[in-house]
Formats: sequence, C-alpha cells, structure tokens
Amino acid sequence: MRIPLSWLREYAQVPADASAEDVMAELVKVGLEEEDVHRPTDELSGPIVVGQVLSIVKEEQTNGKTINWCQVRVVPEGAEQTLTNEGIDPSGVQGIICGAHNFVEGDKVVVTLPGAVLPGNFAISARNTYGHLSAGMIASSRELGIGDDHDGIIVLSALGLDPEIGTDAMELLGLYDQAAEINVTPDRSYAFSIRGVAREFAHATNTPFTDPASLVTVDAATGPGHPVKLKDAAGIYGKDGCDRFVTRTVTNVNPALPTPPWMASRLSLAGMRSISLVVDISNYVMLELGQPLHFYDADKLTGAITVRRANAGETLVTLDTKERKLHVEDLLITDESGAIGIAGVMGGASTEVSAATNTVLIEAAHFEPITIARSRRRHKLPSEASKRFERGVDWKIADVAAQRAVDLLVQLAGGTATTLVTDEGTAPEPVVIELPAGFASALIGIDYTEDQVTWSLGEIGAQIETVQGGYRVTAPTWRPDLATKQDLVEEIARLVGYDLIPATLPTAPPGRGYSRVQSQRRRVVQSLADAGLTEVLSYPFVTKAQNNTFGAAEAGEVPAVKLNNPMSSEFGFMRTSILPGLLGIARRNHGRGFRDLALYEAGQVFLPGETLGTATIPPLGARPSDEELDALYNGLPHQPTHLAAVLTGHDSPVAAAHVPRAYDWADALDVARLVGDVLGVEVVVSQGAHQAFHPGRTAALALRNGTHVGYAGELHPKLLAELDLPERTVAMEINADELFEAAADVIVAKHISTFPISTQDVALVVDSAVVASDVLETLREGAGELLEDIALFDVYSGTGIEEGKKSLAFGLRFRANDRTLTADEASEARAAAVVLAAERFGAVQR
Amino acid sequence: MSEPTNPEKDVTDAHSPDVPHPTDEAGINLVVQAALAAFAAAVNLDELKAARLAHTGEKAPLSLANREIGRLDKSEKAAAGKLMGASRGRVNKALAERTVVLEAEDAARILVEETVDVTAAPRRRRAGARHPLSTLQDRVSDIFVGMGWEIAEGPEVESEWFNFDALNFAPDHPAREMQDTFFIDPVDSHLLLRTHTSPVQVRSMLEREVPIYVLCPGRVYRTDELDATHTPVFHQFEGLAIDKNLTMADLRGTLEHFARQMFGEDASIRLRPNFFPFTEPSAELDIWHPGAKGGAQWIEWGGCGMVNPNVLRAAGIDPEEYSGFAFGMGVERTLMFRNEVPDMHDMIEGDIRFSEHFGMEI
Repeated sequence: MRIPLSWLREYAQVPADASAEDVMAELVKVGLEEEDVHRPTDELSGPIVVGQVLSIVKEEQTNGKTINWCQVRVVPEGAEQTLTNEGIDPSGVQGIICGAHNFVEGDKVVVTLPGAVLPGNFAISARNTYGHLSAGMIASSRELGIGDDHDGIIVLSALGLDPEIGTDAMELLGLYDQAAEINVTPDRSYAFSIRGVAREFAHATNTPFTDPASLVTVDAATGPGHPVKLKDAAGIYGKDGCDRFVTRTVTNVNPALPTPPWMASRLSLAGMRSISLVVDISNYVMLELGQPLHFYDADKLTGAITVRRANAGETLVTLDTKERKLHVEDLLITDESGAIGIAGVMGGASTEVSAATNTVLIEAAHFEPITIARSRRRHKLPSEASKRFERGVDWKIADVAAQRAVDLLVQLAGGTATTLVTDEGTAPEPVVIELPAGFASALIGIDYTEDQVTWSLGEIGAQIETVQGGYRVTAPTWRPDLATKQDLVEEIARLVGYDLIPATLPTAPPGRGYSRVQSQRRRVVQSLADAGLTEVLSYPFVTKAQNNTFGAAEAGEVPAVKLNNPMSSEFGFMRTSILPGLLGIARRNHGRGFRDLALYEAGQVFLPGETLGTATIPPLGARPSDEELDALYNGLPHQPTHLAAVLTGHDSPVAAAHVPRAYDWADALDVARLVGDVLGVEVVVSQGAHQAFHPGRTAALALRNGTHVGYAGELHPKLLAELDLPERTVAMEINADELFEAAADVIVAKHISTFPISTQDVALVVDSAVVASDVLETLREGAGELLEDIALFDVYSGTGIEEGKKSLAFGLRFRANDRTLTADEASEARAAAVVLAAERFGAVQR
Repeated sequence: MSEPTNPEKDVTDAHSPDVPHPTDEAGINLVVQAALAAFAAAVNLDELKAARLAHTGEKAPLSLANREIGRLDKSEKAAAGKLMGASRGRVNKALAERTVVLEAEDAARILVEETVDVTAAPRRRRAGARHPLSTLQDRVSDIFVGMGWEIAEGPEVESEWFNFDALNFAPDHPAREMQDTFFIDPVDSHLLLRTHTSPVQVRSMLEREVPIYVLCPGRVYRTDELDATHTPVFHQFEGLAIDKNLTMADLRGTLEHFARQMFGEDASIRLRPNFFPFTEPSAELDIWHPGAKGGAQWIEWGGCGMVNPNVLRAAGIDPEEYSGFAFGMGVERTLMFRNEVPDMHDMIEGDIRFSEHFGMEI
C-alpha cells in the first residue's frame, strides 16, 4: 500500500517537513513494514512553470512533419523574470519548438525551463533545433513521469485550471508530494486504506487521528433506490456471500470533465493510473476508506439487481472484454439480463461506465472473504477490490463510502445526487472477546496497568467494558482479524511498545543432547570431509530419466514423487537417488577447470509407498484422531537419508617430487567402508550390477545380515560420455539410515592377547571368476579361531599361471589367547583353511 | 725388510732413524708430539684414520720402539715399559678425543647436507571441506543443545495438514498463498514440499511430552526463481518452546542469548509487530549485528511470536494450561550477512571453491 503524505496529513498529524522515510520509521513501530519510497522530486526538478502560449507558427519540415515554433510567456506581463539560468530570456517570453498539436494560442501549458531535469536524467537546456533556438519544453504528463498520456502536452484549461502565468507547475501538479510504501500483512485489511494507515500513524506517534468516515454526512434516504435482492442459496461454510449492498444514484454526470491534478497526483503516487474522472473517483474513495466500489452506467441496467451464485454453464464478459466461464461457487451481481459482474472481483462489460454515461449507479457492498478469494483464484483476476474483500472490509463503511462517491461526483463531475438509497443486508453480530485481567501481562511478561490496557484497546477503536475478573471487549468493525484474547494482547503489546518487553531466559528441562542418529549422521558427514572429500548440496529436483537410471539397478520405470508445479517441467520429480544432482555439480566444477574432484552429499531421497497422501485433511484448531494422524503419516513417501560420493581425477594435487594417484573404483568402495568404519558397521562387498555403473566394476554393498544398502564402483562409460564427465569417474551411494540402524548400541570389548604372533602366507590358484572375498571368507572359516587376521596381499595371473586362472596370495596371522602357538599349530590351521578353499573353489596351493 | 719405496711407509720404517730407543725419553716424546700434532691436524675422519695408521700402526715409530722393549736388559725394561705405556696412553687418548670431535662434525655435516626446501613440499593428502550451510546448522544446533534443547527433524515431502492447517493457516486465507508452495501431483493427495520447518514443530508437539524445547533445522521449499537473494530450495531453523507460564519476555531472552552466541556479546535483538497465522502476538525479529559489513546495523533476521492457541489445540495441548513461543530464521540469509556471501548462486551451485574456502569452519 502506497500512502501519499499529503493525503495522510488530512487525517493524521504528520509534520510538514516529514519525509516518506520518517513516516515509515513511525509505522514500522506498530507493525507496518517499510517497503519503498515514491518521490517525483527524486527524478524531477524545476524550474517548471505555468506558461501561456502567445503565438504558434507552424513550420513544415522536409521529413513531412510539422512543428510549432511557439512564443510562450512564462512570467506575468509587466513582471520581471527573476530566473537567470542560461537560456532563460529576461523578457519573460521563451521561444520553444513543440511537436504536439493539441493546443492553441492563448492556452496555458506547463513549461520546463532550461535548468530543469526530467525523469531519466533528462536535462533541459536551450538548444538549436529546426532552425531555432528552442529554450525549454512544453511538457506532456508522460515527460513529467506522472502519466502515460500520448495525446500531447498538458493543457491546463482542459484540466479546469486557470493559474497565473509563472506559477510553480510542480506545486500545481502535486509533484512535491511523496508516498511511503508499506507492506501490509494479510491480517491487516484495514491498512489497505488511508483511513487505516492514518489511524496506525496516530498510534505510532500518539497524536490525534481524524476518521475520514466522520467527515462524511450520509444523506437521509427519502425512499428506496435501485431494487436489490440478496439471494445467496449456497454460501460457503454456510455464510452469506453478501451481507450488505448499498446503492446510490447520481444523475447528470459529465464524464468528459477532467480529473483534477490533486486527485490524479494522489492516485499516481498511490500506484494507480488515472483513467477517467468517474473511474478515478471510485478508486479514490476505495483508497481513502478501504471500501471497493463499483460504478454502473445506470441506463444500461435491466431491472432489479440480484446477488446470487452462478448457475452451471453461465458466462460473463468482464470489463477486460474476456468471456469468463462461471463456476457455481462464483458469487454474481446480476440484473434481469443475466450476470453483470463477479462480486468483488470484476464487473461486466455490458454495464460499464463510459464517456457517454449520464447516470451512475454506485455499488458499495460487503462480500464474504472466502467467496471472493476463491473466485479471484479461479479466474486469476487479482484486483484492488478482491485484495480488500478477501482480507475483510469494514461492514459499516459501505454507506459512508457510497456517500463520499456521491459527493465527489457532484463536486467534480457535475452530477446531481439523489437521495433514493438502497441498503440491503444484515449487520453481523459484533465480535465480543472476554479478556481476563492479567492475561496480557501473563502472556507478554510486562505488568500492564489497567490504564495501558484500556487506553490501547480504546485507541484501536474497540469498546471496553470492565466486568468481573477482566474486560469485555467489542472489536471494531474494521478489524475482522480480532477474534481471540491473544489478538487483543498483541494490540496492547504493540501499542504500549514491543521495545518494553524485557528479556528473561527460560530454563529447559534436562535435555538428552543429540539423538543417536543425529550424532551418527554428523560424524559420518564430518569424517568424509576429514578424509578429503568436499561436501556440496544439490537441488533434489530431477528428471524422470534420471530417476529411471539411478533409482534402480535395472532399467524400467522407477516410482517417484512428481511435482504438480515444478520450477521447470523437465526437472519435475523428486530424487530417488542423490547421484544425478551430485554428477551435475561434478560436471559444473569440471567445466570450471577443476579436474580433481571428490564430492559428497548427504540428504533425503523420496521413495513413494503404497499410498500417496490422503483424500482429505483434518480441520484446523483441533487435534486429529489417531486414525487420521496415522493416515497422514502413512500417506507420506519413504524419505531415507542417503549418502553419495563422486570422485574423478586424482587424489592429490600435482607437486614437485610427487606423483598424484588417479582415483579408481576402489576409492568409491573406500568411501563406503569409511562410513562403515565410522559407525562401527561392517559393509560387506560383493560383485554387483547396476545400470548406471560399469558392469564389471561395481560393488553391491550390504550389511552382514544381507540387507542391501547401496552400490559403489566405476560409472558406466556410456553414461559418463553422455554426462560429459571424464572416463573412469567413480561413485557410491548408500542408504545411511540402514547403517545408522545397524550400528551396535554397546560395543563389547575384545580380549587382547599378548602372546606372540605366528604369520603364515598362502598363495592359491583359482578360476578367474572366483572372487577374492569368497576365498578370503572361506580361509577365515577354515582356519578357525586361532586366526587373528587375514589379508589379501597379491592377485596375479600371467606367466606360470594357467590360462583362465589367477593366483590369490593371503597373509594369515595366528595367535592364541592363552599360550604361545607352535609352528605346527599354525601350520595345521593354515592347512585346514586351504583344504576348505580347495573343497569350495578347487583352489590349489601354488 | 724389503719394502717398496713409498714415502708414507718410509715414515713407519723400523729402520728409520726416526724410531727412538724405548729408553730415550726425549726421542719418545718427540714421536708422541708428532702423533698428537698429526691427530690435531686431521680435519676429517679419513685424515684421522691415516694419522692413526701412521702413528699407532704396527710400523709406527712408537710401535716399533715398543717392540724393542723385549730386547732390553732386565734393568731397563721396567723404566722403558713405564715410559712407553704412558706415551702410548697419551697418544690413544688424543686419538679418541679427536675421533669424538670429528665424528660429531661429520654427523652434523650429513644433516646439513640432507637439508630440503620445506616450502616445496607436496600436498599428498587432499583437504576436504564441509558445506557452510551444513556447518552453520550444526553450529546453531550446538548452541541450543547447550541450553538443554533438543533437535527435532521431519520429512521434506509433507502433508498439507502439518504444513498449513495444523499451523492455523485457514484453507482460503491469503497467508496460505503467500507461501508459494510446491504441491505434489496429484494435488488432491494433499501433499507438498514443506514451505517451512514448522510442521516439525507440530510433529514434536504430537510426539513429545510437554515441556518441549526443540530446535528444528532443515531444508524447505518455495517456488521462488533462483536469483541473487532467492532460491527455491533453502534451509531454516525454527525453535519451539512449550511450557507453563512462558512469556514473550522468555522469547526475547532466548533470542538475545542465541544472538550473542552467534554474533558476539554486543549483539542484541529488536522485535517489531508482524503477522503469522501460527503465532499471536507475532513479531519480526531484527538483529543488531556489530560486525556487519559496512558497520554495526539492524538486520532483518526472522519471525517469532507466542504460539497461537489453535496450533496448541491441533497438537492436543491445552492452551489454557500451557503457552509457548516459536521463532524461525533462514540459514541462507544468516550466512549471507554473517559471512558476507554476496550471491545466493554461490551457495547452491556446488562450486568446490565455496565449500573449500570455509573448510571445516563457519
């Protein structure tokens, strides 16, 4: 909401020298947030004066254009020119070239003299053009930045003005005014009016406030006006869509009369275009009092007005000449010809006021907010009217606003008021709130005095009655947001001042610190950074194809959560894997010249379950039943925390006397193993297959109990080529939640034997297809409990080894808990291990 | 003895006139002096070795003289033996002393020779980094856990009820639209991407026993186009306290304590009236940031207020018995003004330079 200060001054005590910034600094104290400043003089400076055209000489140019060479008097005849800027003629008459033709000799116009600066940093100076020295400019409203009128220059008499020559035209046109723009929160509908903001300014500065409504004298009705019937048969939540409908009629309106500059200037500063005097009056009253009005050309109405819901299949051509298909929930203004407006949203074209309108029918109605909000959304027609109605308008202001419009139409548009008044509807019950004494103090922590409570509630316009144990407060009709005692406490607190609220620190009960999973996740995320990886965060929006590639081991449709209104329709799904986002980031970094990358991300992935959401949701303000809650919980997709890493290039930077090592598939496995190590969970590796990975270089990762937790290895070369990533880029992704869950709560200590170790090596020849981990596990099993540790230290194939076979060399460490092992004991255990490997895999000792 | 002519050997020749008689005290002394001089003159272990061979070797004058003792008369033997023993003792002592000196010099020389240019050292271990949005959330969480609060988390795809209705957003209220929500398809599934972490507050109230003091950090979504100050995916941390007799003064005290932990002892906060459906009274929260770029100033930080009774009712908590306060701030916004990040793109693009600059810290 933009507040022209000249307007605000009519109803609040705004100091004459206060700037828009000063006004906003006051308003912010009571909760109206500052947004912007609109000040014509920031872009515009004089001398800009009223001039009279003495003579016009039309000169045809070679390009076919005709220009006017004008002599313009800019100081009254006989008076002295006091301005001395270069190019200002001491005679008081300026020679000016003008391309517009909408004026004649004798017209009074706006002259920008040399030295003036117009919007766009356009400095006016005397300059040679079309063979003359043109010393100034005759201005159009567009050039002054106050309108977009293309019809030519401003002719003051056409605005009904006859000011003295030499008058400051900026003053005349309201260009010294400025507007404070404030952000109005959705609860404060009343602040969408000068009336409401002036009241708030008075609260903020503790100065008097004049209610503009109190300055309007509503004519006593001498009889019924235009017949109106309120017939809402289907109110939303049982509420009538319209509970007040006031009409007034003004005859003999002259629509050709201009909008006076003071009104045009205020509308412009308030952010509304000046359209025509009649329309401008309707907007002006709305901005002033907060009551949206609708004006009909009374001669175009057919019979009585009925307010009702739309019928199925009904249509309406709205003011913007678009045909709208109406919904049965739309509230309509109709006459006997059919729909003539969507209530509170937009009027119809058929009854629109025009340049030929003689009789204006004024509508000042009160509509129910939800009805208006839904129609506005349905028809995508946000308007100044709907904005106010859907937030709530003062029920009591309708007749006052209608009267104000009548007065202005009479005063400015030459109209004649009639006192036949229609005022249909029933006033809503006043909102009465019980406020226990001491409640405000208990909620805020300030000991408010009785005076502070009654003063602040009185200030906002509430009626306060002292009753047993507290107060009975009747909320003002312009404050539909006040419904509970907490609402009243906010009013007391903000009027007395939030700054007075003291600071006390409450003591939380003994906490339990981080939960087990929270600390596990934190350690894992930190340890990967400690290990040299870089944490990044990607958007979780992915394409269908990305989910289908990364979300499952085998090709096919991967169920995914789809967005209804994505930022881009391509990335319209929630990720089922972190890798697409992470690979995108890898590519971006690679593109920026970083060849060695080790990236990781931990975050939620989204896996839809059997049910998606709930058909209905419980109402607000009450705890749902356990069944309802269960349904809400069960309707959510599964959202486990995944952890993924991508590595490419080398493990360290190139340096003198140092050869960096290229990352390979084993590094991806190491990341997974590191996570396992940090959590104390064994990650079991086996040969795996996943469509996104190299078919021969993929590890399936599992827990000891067999639960699959993820994949690690080299990405598929074809995929890397498609993604424009380097060959041999490796990656891993695991379901971290599974690992968190598998971690032991208590780790039982192991006996540490101090007896000497006995080490034995063994090399076994097996088929190439046999995987090392199987052989290792078999040796472990066969060697029995004397085996302390076993490690694969060499894999060899080639000379000396039969084609299709390979040699695996293991180091075995034996130790007993209770004695020094003899060489024979160790050898026996080793032999037993080899026998089992021979049985299972046909392994032969080398 | 027929030795080849060799000047070195000549020195040690038994027949050399330099070999004194073992009873010739002056002659022996001369030989001893010569040995001592030779040891002292040796500047390295090789030269010392040569001097040792020359003066204590089998053919050294002293050795040759010593050998003559056996041939002496019994009467001369004792004196000669004593003289020779003392003389050889002096020579060996000098040799040992010189050896220690030269060995130490040699060891020191080797260490000097092994000098490297430490400034040319390779970086063999890659330095990793955390993302500052994630470390900042950790830091904030630590502060609240230190105050006895707990950390609560919840799903990012959320039911509309938890995100809106439970928080007193009426179905047709303009405030609901102001949240610029991503809805899940189909819309009648009533699922969405949470627009704030407040649904976690509702979950906490439903799942925990009062009193409740929880901080809810996490990722949230709104349909804002990415620009220098907006991103459709961002992070918040919200706090919620539900207890008996909590006041807005408690809210201010908590926020002030937190602000000082984050921005130093000179930080303070300011509350301005505002509107949120889930709190009443509500306030906008400004922080006085003493270290702000361009000088100490007030900066808009977040929103807060006393929990609306309808929110308590939605969680089955009696608003006549309990009251509560809540507050929420944006992690990105905090990072922007606390760490002077100029552009949102830096936070979301994943450029490793951004994370690496922060390292493990924030």
